Amino acid sequence: MIRFILTKLGLLIPTFLGVTLVAFSFIRMLPGDPVELLAGERGVSPERHAELMATLGFDKPLWEQYFSFLVGILHGDLGTSFSSKQPVLEEFFVRFPATIELATCAIIFAALIGLPAGIVAAVKRGSAFDHTLMGISLTGYSMPIFWWGLLLIILFSSPDMLNLTPVSGRISALFWVDTQTGFMLIDSLLSDEKGAFKSAAAHLVLPTIVLGTIPMAIIARQTRSAMLEILGEDYVRTAKAKGLSPFRIVGIHALRNALITVITVIGLQVGVLLAGAILTETIFSWPGIGKWMIDSISRRDYFAVQGGIVLIASIVMLVNLLVDFMYGLINPRILHRRS
Amino acid sequence: MIKRGLLATAAVAGMLAMGSFSAAEAKTLVFCSEGSPEGFTPALYTAGTTFDASSRQVFNRLVEFERGSTTIVPALAEGFEVSEDGTEYTFNLRKGVKFHTTKFFTPTRDFNADDVIFSFERQRNADHPYNKISGGNYEYFNGMSMPDLIKDIVKVDDYTVKFILNRPEAPFIANMGMDFASIHSAEYADAMAAAGTLDDFDQKPVGTGPFQFEDYQKDSQIRYKAHPDYWSGKAPLDRLVFSITPDASVRYQKLKAGECHVMPYPNPADLEAMASDSDVNLMQQEGLNVGYLAYNSLMPPFDNPKVRKALNMAVNKEAIIDAVFQGAGKVAKNPIPPTIWSYNDATVDDGYDPEAAKALLAEAGVSGLTTKIWAMPVQRPYNPNARRMAELIQADWANVGVTAEIVSYEWGEYLKRSKDKDRDGAVLLGWTGDNGDPDNFLAVLLGCDGVGGSNRAQWCHKPFEDLIQKAKTTSDFDERIKLYEEAQIVFKEQAPWATIAHSVVFKPIRPEVVDFRIDPFGGHVFYGVDLKE
Amino acid sequence: MSQVQNTLDQNETPQTEAPKPISPFRQQMREFWFYFSENKGAVAGLFFFLFVVLVAVFADVIAPHSPIEQYRDFILIPPAWQEGGNAEFLLGTDPVGRDLLSRLMHGARFSLYAGCIVIVISLSIGVMLGLSAGFFRGMYETIVMRVMDVILSIPSLLMALVLVAILGPGLRNAMIAISITYLPHYVRLARASAVAESARDYVTASRVAGAGTWRLMCITILPNCMAPLIVQASLSFSTAILDTAALGFLGMGAQPPASEWGTMLAEAREFILSAWWVVTFPGVAILLTVLSINLMGDGLRDALDPKMKRS
Repeated sequence: MIRFILTKLGLLIPTFLGVTLVAFSFIRMLPGDPVELLAGERGVSPERHAELMATLGFDKPLWEQYFSFLVGILHGDLGTSFSSKQPVLEEFFVRFPATIELATCAIIFAALIGLPAGIVAAVKRGSAFDHTLMGISLTGYSMPIFWWGLLLIILFSSPDMLNLTPVSGRISALFWVDTQTGFMLIDSLLSDEKGAFKSAAAHLVLPTIVLGTIPMAIIARQTRSAMLEILGEDYVRTAKAKGLSPFRIVGIHALRNALITVITVIGLQVGVLLAGAILTETIFSWPGIGKWMIDSISRRDYFAVQGGIVLIASIVMLVNLLVDFMYGLINPRILHRRS
Repeated sequence: MIKRGLLATAAVAGMLAMGSFSAAEAKTLVFCSEGSPEGFTPALYTAGTTFDASSRQVFNRLVEFERGSTTIVPALAEGFEVSEDGTEYTFNLRKGVKFHTTKFFTPTRDFNADDVIFSFERQRNADHPYNKISGGNYEYFNGMSMPDLIKDIVKVDDYTVKFILNRPEAPFIANMGMDFASIHSAEYADAMAAAGTLDDFDQKPVGTGPFQFEDYQKDSQIRYKAHPDYWSGKAPLDRLVFSITPDASVRYQKLKAGECHVMPYPNPADLEAMASDSDVNLMQQEGLNVGYLAYNSLMPPFDNPKVRKALNMAVNKEAIIDAVFQGAGKVAKNPIPPTIWSYNDATVDDGYDPEAAKALLAEAGVSGLTTKIWAMPVQRPYNPNARRMAELIQADWANVGVTAEIVSYEWGEYLKRSKDKDRDGAVLLGWTGDNGDPDNFLAVLLGCDGVGGSNRAQWCHKPFEDLIQKAKTTSDFDERIKLYEEAQIVFKEQAPWATIAHSVVFKPIRPEVVDFRIDPFGGHVFYGVDLKE
Repeated sequence: MSQVQNTLDQNETPQTEAPKPISPFRQQMREFWFYFSENKGAVAGLFFFLFVVLVAVFADVIAPHSPIEQYRDFILIPPAWQEGGNAEFLLGTDPVGRDLLSRLMHGARFSLYAGCIVIVISLSIGVMLGLSAGFFRGMYETIVMRVMDVILSIPSLLMALVLVAILGPGLRNAMIAISITYLPHYVRLARASAVAESARDYVTASRVAGAGTWRLMCITILPNCMAPLIVQASLSFSTAILDTAALGFLGMGAQPPASEWGTMLAEAREFILSAWWVVTFPGVAILLTVLSINLMGDGLRDALDPKMKRS
C-alpha cells in the first residue's frame, strides 16, 4: 500500500512541475500592461513605468523569474497579490474554507438525493417513476448552472415572488460573527449571536442547490446503472428467485456501491466542482476561491492567478490521489490490479 | 414568511447581543459596498472602494472636504498660512486628537507633527523604513506630481509643520484633502516595526478618524465601531458594517429587506422601481465626472476642427443618456462637470443635427470617411456601458455617411494603446475628479504635457494651454475662475472631444437613515449619519 | 414514435424490396434505428435538435426582425402575452430595443457552431497526438501524456478563462480555449486504442508488408479505434455548448452585440428583478438545446451498444 502511494506521488512530481510552468508562462503571455492597469485613466510616465516593472520583477530574464518562482514555492511563498499586496498563499487560504463549506454541502445534498433516487429508479426500472427520475436527472445534467442560479434567485429570493431565501453572501451583515474556523456554519454556532446559525444556513441553501445539481444528476445516473449491473448478476438473481424482496437485496449491496459511486464522483468531479464553484460563487457573491480567481483574472492580478492555478491544481491532484487510495481501501481488487 | 421570521429573529438576536455590549441599544448601520478594499492604507491604492473602507472612515487629513461638498475645511490642521510667493504652506495642528485604541494597539500619546512627517515621508523618501512595505507604490502621490512639487517638509514644533514647494501651485491645498494625504500614527508604525510585523500596518489600520477598524473578513464584510474620543465628537452611530455585495440587483434586494441601509451604484434598470419604493429613499446628485469621446487631433481629417464638430453634431446624446445611462446621466457640454467651480454655463453645445453635420463634413471636403470607435471593456460611473454607447454612436455616424468600426482591448492594453499618438480612431473614456479643482480636469486631460499620455485627443492648442497654465499659478481665486471659463470657450470652438455625459449619482438609502449626504467625489462618508427608530 | 419508424421504413422500401440480401450497412442502420427509436426521449431529443438546427440555418428567413436592429421606441417590452407586450415582439425586447425572439434564433447559430468547431478541433488534434504517442512511445509519449495530465489537473473552466484572457475575449478564442481543455480525453482514448491495436496481428502484417508509418497510423489503426472516440465526441458536443455559454456569461466568450445565449444572459443580468424575460429565455434556450443533445446521446449509446444499456 505504501509503495502504491509513493509511486503515485512520484508520478505527481512531473505533473506538478508542469503545472507551475503552465501557470508561470500563462501569466507572462497575458496581454496588457499590469502597470497601466494599476495607474488607470491617469497613466504613468515611462520612467515610473520602468521602475514599477522592476519592483514587480518583470525586468529579469524569464528563466530567472521562473527559478525564483520555484524556489518561492519550496519556501511556501507564492508571491504577493497585486491588488491587496498580501501574500497569495494567505489570500488563498483565507477564502478556501468558504469554498470547502459550499462544496461539502453541495456533495452532501447531491448524495442525499441522488443515491436514493438512483437506487429506486434501478429497482423500479422501466416504471414511470424511473423515467421521470431519469428525465429530471438528465435535465439537471444539462443545466447551465449560471442561469439556474439566476432563476432560483428570481423564484426564491425575489420580494415579488416567494421571498424565502437571502440572495447572496454567507450571513446577514446584522450579525457580528468572529472568524474562528472560517466555516460560517461552525463560526456562527460558536458565536453567542442568536439566530446567526439560521442565517448562515439560509444563505447556504440556494448556492448548495446550484452547485449540487450536476453532481446530483451524475450520482443518480451512475447509481442507477451500477445497481442495474448488480441486479443482473447471478447471485442477485438467485436471491431474487429465493424470494428476497428487491429492496432487501439492494440494501445488502447498496452501501458499498453507494460509497464507491460517491467517491468516484467526488474524485472525477472535483475539477467540475471547482469550475462550478467559480460560477456559483460569482452568482451568489460567495467569498470563496472561485470568485477570487475570477476577480483576480479580471483585474489582471498576475501573481494571484499564477499562485491560484498552482494551488487549485495541487488540490485536484491530491484529491485524485486520495480517491485512488480510498478505492484501494474499499475495493482491494483495484489496488492489486494496478500494482 | 420564513424570511420575515428570520429577520425578526435577527433583530431580536441583535438586540440581545448588543445588550451585553452596552446598556443602551447599539446603532448599527450596514453599508452594502460594491467590492473588497485592496487594503487599508489609502496612499498605497487608487480605488474608491478602498478609500471608502479606509481614509473616509478611519483616517483624517490636515484639511478635508466638507461633507457633501468640494469646499476645503480644517481638520487635523486648525488652519494654515501661505507665504507671499506661494511656495510655503505652514499648518497649525490641532491639539488633543486621540488615535484609536484597538485590540492590536494602545496609543500612549496624542496626534502631533511626527505623525504628519511620517505619513508623507513614507511616500516621499525611498529610504524610509516603511517605503517599500506592501508593494510600496504610491500612485496618487506620484500622480499628483508630489515628488516634484514638495521640496521639503519641516517640523517647526510639535504642533506646526511647514511644506516647502518648488513652485507656486494653487491646487496644492486641495491635494492635501485627498485620500493619499491621510495621517497615520507614527507611534503605531514604530510599534509594528519593533514587533517585526510591518506588513500588518497596512492591513490593520489605526487612525484618528470617526470610526475605528475592528475586523475584516475578506470579500465578505468589514466592521468598525465608533471612535469614542473622536476630536469632533463621537459619531451618532455605534457600529458600522460594510457588507461586500458586488451585484447591484442583490444590493437592492438587501436594501429592501433591511439587510443594509445604504447602497452605492444602483442598476440603472432598477431606478424606476426604487423611486416608487416606500422602503427606499432615492437620493441623487450630479457626479464629479465626465465621459467623452476623444478624437485623435493629430490624424487627418480629425485635425480639422470642422470635422470634429460635424461628428459631434451627428451624435444623438439624448438617446445615449436614455439607452446607456437609463436616465442616470446628463448631457455634457463642457469638459468639467457642473458641480465644479468655474463651470461655464454660457457655452453652447453642438446640438444634434445630422443634416448640418453632413453639410459641415461636405464643407470640410470629407466624404466616405471610415474610422474606429474605441469602446472601453470596463464599467465606469462616467460610462456604464461603453459597448452600448459605441453601438449608438456607430449608428448615428452611419446616418451622416461615416462608417465606424468598434474596437476594444483588454483594459490595461486599452489605456496604453489609446495614448498612442498614431492611434487610429476616437476613444471613449472619461475622468472622475480627485480634488474638485478644474486644473485636475483641464490640465490633466487637455494640457500639452498630456499629449502621448492622459491627453487622449493628443490636443495641444496654444491659446488653451496659456489659459490653464496661468490659472494654475495664480492664487487669486476670481482670476482663476475667469481663466477657466475662457478655456472652456476655446475648448468648445476646437471640439477635441465629443463631451458626452456627466453621470448622475444615485444613492438609494433606507428611510430610517438620517442626514446621509452624497459625496461629490463618489465616496461614502458615515460620520454625522444617524439612524432613527 | 413508431409512426416515425414506419414512415422511414416506407421510404426505404423501394430499395430494400430487392431480392438480394440487405447490405450489412443498411442492416446496421436498421438495427440502430430500431434501438434508438425504442428510447422515446431520444427521439424527442432528435426532433427538437433538428428543429434547433433548422432555426439556426434559416434564422435569416424566419426571424421576424434583425437580431441587431435597435427599435429605440420599444425598449424592454415584455412578451406579447403580458400586459404592455406587443405582438410585433413575441418574446419582448432587450434593453436597447432588439427583438428577443430574433436574437434567440440567431443565437442558435453561435451555439451549434461553437459545439461543432470545438469537437472538430479537439478531436482532430487529440487523435493526432494520441495516436502518435501510442505509436512512437518513448520520451515523446511521456511528454504528451504528462502535458495532458497537467491540463486535466486544472479545472477546465479556470483553464479556459485564463486562456481566453491570454487570447482575448471573443467567440473564436473561447472555442480554441475550450478545445484545449477537452484534448486530454481524446488523447488518452486514442493512445490507449493505438497501443492496443498496434500489438494486433493485422498491424504487424501491414508493417511487414512495408506500410509506412503514416499509412499505418491513419489508415490501419485509426478506423479501428473510432468507436469510443465518436461516443466521446457526442458527449463533448453538449458540454461544449454549455462551456461556450458559461464563458459568454462571464464576459469572456462571444462579445456583444453577438446574440450568443450566454452573452445575452450576461447582458441581461442587471435586469433580473425588473425584466424577467431577458434573463429567462436565453437560459431556457441553452437548457433545451443541451438537454435534447444529451437525450439523443443516451439514445445513441443505447443503440450502438444495446447490451450495455448504460444510462
